[in-house]
This record gives sequence, structure tokens and C-alpha cells, in this order.
Amino acid sequence: MSVNSVALLYLVASVLFILALKGLSGPETARRGNALGVIGMLLAVITTFVITQNIMLVVLGIAVGGTIGTLVARRVQMTQMPELVAAMHSLVGLAAVLIATAAVHNPTAFGIADPLPRGNRLELFIGTFVGALTFSGSVIAFGKLSGRISGAPIVFRGQHWVNLLLALVMVGFGVAFFLATREGQWLPFIVMTATAFLLGVLIIIPIGGADMPVVISMLNSYSGWAAAGIGFSLNNTMLIISGSLVGSSGAILSYVMCKAMNRSFFSVILGGFGAAEGASVSDGTQRNVRSGSSEDAAFLLSNAESVMIVPGYGLAVARAQHAVKEMAQKLTDKGVQVRYAIHPVAGRMPGHMNVLLAEAEVPYDQVHEMEDINSEFGSTDVVLVLGANDVVNPLAHEKGSPIYGMPILEAHKARTVLVNKRSMAAGYAGLDNPLFYLDKTMMVFGDAKKVVEDIVKAI
Amino acid sequence: MLDPTIVNLTVFVLAIFVGYHVVWNVTPALHTPLMSVTNAISGIIVVGAMLAAGPKDTDFAAILGFVAVVLASINVFGGFMVTQRMLAMFKRKQPRATKH
Repeated sequence: MSVNSVALLYLVASVLFILALKGLSGPETARRGNALGVIGMLLAVITTFVITQNIMLVVLGIAVGGTIGTLVARRVQMTQMPELVAAMHSLVGLAAVLIATAAVHNPTAFGIADPLPRGNRLELFIGTFVGALTFSGSVIAFGKLSGRISGAPIVFRGQHWVNLLLALVMVGFGVAFFLATREGQWLPFIVMTATAFLLGVLIIIPIGGADMPVVISMLNSYSGWAAAGIGFSLNNTMLIISGSLVGSSGAILSYVMCKAMNRSFFSVILGGFGAAEGASVSDGTQRNVRSGSSEDAAFLLSNAESVMIVPGYGLAVARAQHAVKEMAQKLTDKGVQVRYAIHPVAGRMPGHMNVLLAEAEVPYDQVHEMEDINSEFGSTDVVLVLGANDVVNPLAHEKGSPIYGMPILEAHKARTVLVNKRSMAAGYAGLDNPLFYLDKTMMVFGDAKKVVEDIVKAI
Repeated sequence: MLDPTIVNLTVFVLAIFVGYHVVWNVTPALHTPLMSVTNAISGIIVVGAMLAAGPKDTDFAAILGFVAVVLASINVFGGFMVTQRMLAMFKRKQPRATKH
């Protein structure tokens, strides 16, 4: 097959990838989109086989990787999706570093001149350091998300200066690699790569657990740029297109997450948020809350005409999704209108709560996004807040509050508010929540799953 | 003669625009499947890995390529399959639930 036919087939594969993302505009088209993505990948791999000589080695690699990937995809729990995604980002990063190293060692395998021309050196430098950053950063993010390392931010004095110094060292050796001869290229290349690995670790450790949705999105973006960087080095437009799609997707998700948390991207990157910095910031006065039992809650819910459920991550931690779905079913059977209102940061990654509810077989047309549903709270009889706190905190509307400007679900506008929490502890933002002290609010303390199951029994 | 890097840069910039517009149209409810499918798509790096592992003589570079093929294949298979699994869960209201 000629170089041109290969390039044309790669173009077809790229278009199929774009269609795969386009399909995600709705659940129905998304399944077809995913299938198109698979076809695109098959086409790309089969085309590449034609220009591969050692087919056995490649087939073996695909078989091993494919088996691992299949097993993981089948076994992973939906609550573990953030970890899985972080792990997969790290694999792309490491693969990029390995490919770049192979290209430095044996450029002719990729159709690059030997010794490496300057232009390719520059592109390999970029592909390698972005890949290395993605790898080590994602490993740390994976550790934090899976609880293998503490989610608390790790900060030390002069952190930013250390990072800046390392970045300069990395670029310095990158320049040395750019200018090096064939014989002298390995030392700067290795030092540059090692520095990038270290920098990836240092960039992610100061970021707290609450900011993880932004971090995953950001690393998603990096993994795309790493793939695009390798595409530049190998003169492969399909890699460039796919990498750019992934890169811009991750960047958009980072933006969406930052906006939903009212945080600037730079303050997330600079880190230190989400620490246990002085548990709750209360004004000292003891305020009374009205608390009730699950039976009281069941009574209020079954006598309502409309119910809005606001699920937070506490719901997923308690594995209460199925109980919630059962409760919603019972209420629907009684003629109550049940809807779910989802805040963009309700889970631990973008869209996480939607997946968790879908897993519990909650029909997606009952699940509404914040912008679409916020105007409906005023005409809702009962709002049931399950394991959420900051995302329904009315302080976000008050000037001078630390979360001023953060978009919230306007639960306080409903006629009655039921809040399930384990205790009165503050949320991630460390703020007291005036919603809990309203006259129309009833607190139902206890584990979300237990409480919801009791409500189901009492309806 | 036109430098291939310029061609690459053109493709790169245009692809970012395409990505920007396509991704803003993705419904927020599907942001998690979006991320897992982009994981699978970034597994396209397997093509580069195949070239590295591809030469007749298996040297140091080919072994690195082989490892990269394994890693990228995990992403391709894992990414597409877990996306499929998630998307299969998104269902409309069942007839049983539409009583009133």
C-alpha cells in the first residue's frame, strides 16, 4: 500500500473519531458514536499492520493489552470510574514517552532521518515531556482517588519555586537535546525526561481531593496533547487530529468543572485547596435545626405533588442509588412527580452522578442538569437533599462569602426541604449551610442508604 | 518545498477548532462516557507504538514499542468497552413507570 493510501485511510479513521464524539450529544446517538469510534480504531490498526514487518510481536502486544483492558472494563465499579480514567491517562502518557524514546533510538523505523533532524528533536522533546508529566501526574491522581495515598494536599515552603526551577531544568536539557549530536543526545534526553516525571508528581500532590474533578479533566487534556505531540514527531496527521480532539475535550471539561466550583483554573493548579483547614467556620452562635425521622420524611414525600431529589457524592459513598430508585418508583406509583437535579460537581468526575443514577436504572429523562432545573425549585413541594452540602448552600448568593458566585441548586426555594446528612459537619468548603436552619427544612440524620430504605418501608 | 511541520500545524489548529465545537455539544450527562471514550481515542497512539515494534530486527527500540503497544491496547479495549457498558445503562423511562 502506498504512503498516500495509508494517509487517506487514516483520514477516514480521524473522521470516525470526530463522529464518535459528536454522537455524545444524546444517549441514543452515543451508542452508535461509540461503535463508529471502534470502527475507526480497527481501520487505523489494520492499515498500520500493512506497513508493519514484525506482525507477531505487535499481535502479541495487542492480545496482552486487549485482555487486560477487557477484564478491567468488565470488572470496574461505576464508583471507581475516576480511578480507571486516571489510570488510563497515565498509560497514554507512558506510551508516549516509550514511543519517543524508541524514535530517538531508531528513527528509521518511523521513517525519520538518522541522525535526527532538529525539527524532529523539538517535536520529540515536546511529546516526551508532556507524556512524562501526564504519566506521573496521573499516577498520583490515581493514588489519591483510589485512597492509596492521602487525598489531602501536600504543600511545603517554596513549592512553586521548586516547580519553576524544575521546569527550567527540563527546558534547559530539552534545548541541550535539541542541539546535541547523535552521540551526545542521550544524557540530555534522559535528564529531561526524568525531570518531567518528577515535575508531574510535584504538580499534582498539592491539589486536594475536592479539586479532583478538575485534575482528572486536566490530565485528560494532557494525555491528548501528548498523543498530538507524538503525531508531530511521526508526521502522522491522524495522531495529531485525535490528540487535539482529546486535548480540547479535556480543556473544556476542566473549564466546566472550574466554573461549577467557582474556582479559577490557576488556583486549582497552584493547589492547596480541600485541606482540613479549621473544620467548620461557624459564627459561634448555636442555631437550632429541626430534625425528623425517616417516617416523617416518608409522610412529607408521599403527600407531595412534586419531589426533587438532589443527590451528592455522599449518596454514592453510601451505595444508596438503588434504594433511591426504589423510593422514586414507589412515589411515582402514588402519582408524585419525581425528578433529579444534578449539580455539575455532584460526583468525583464530570458527569459521574449521571452514570451512578443510570446504573441504578433511573431513567435519564427524570435526571436534569442544573441550568435546566433551577427555575423549577420554586414550584416544587419537597426537595430531598441526599449527601450534598456545598452545592445547595445559599451563601453562594451572598456577597462576601467564600463561595460567593458559585452556581448552586436553589433547593432553598422549594416549599419544604428535607436534608439527609450523617452529621452537621461542614462540606468541602468548610462552611456552615444556612439551608439547614430554615424553618421549612427538616434534617434526617443517618447513613443515606439506611435512611432511604426506611423511607421506602414507610411510604 | 513546504515544511511538513507547517502542514502538521495547520491540521493541529483546525482539529482543535473541530474538537472545541464538537465537545461543547456533548450533553453534561454524558461527560463521564466522554472522558472514557477520549481515553480510548488517545489509545490511537498504538499506531506509533506499532511502528516502533514493527521493524524486522527486534532491538531496544522495538521492545519499548512492544510495551507501548500493550499500554495503548489497554486504553483502546478498556476505553471503548467501559464506554459501551456505561452507555447501555442510560435508558428512557420504562412503560411501567409511566402511570399518570
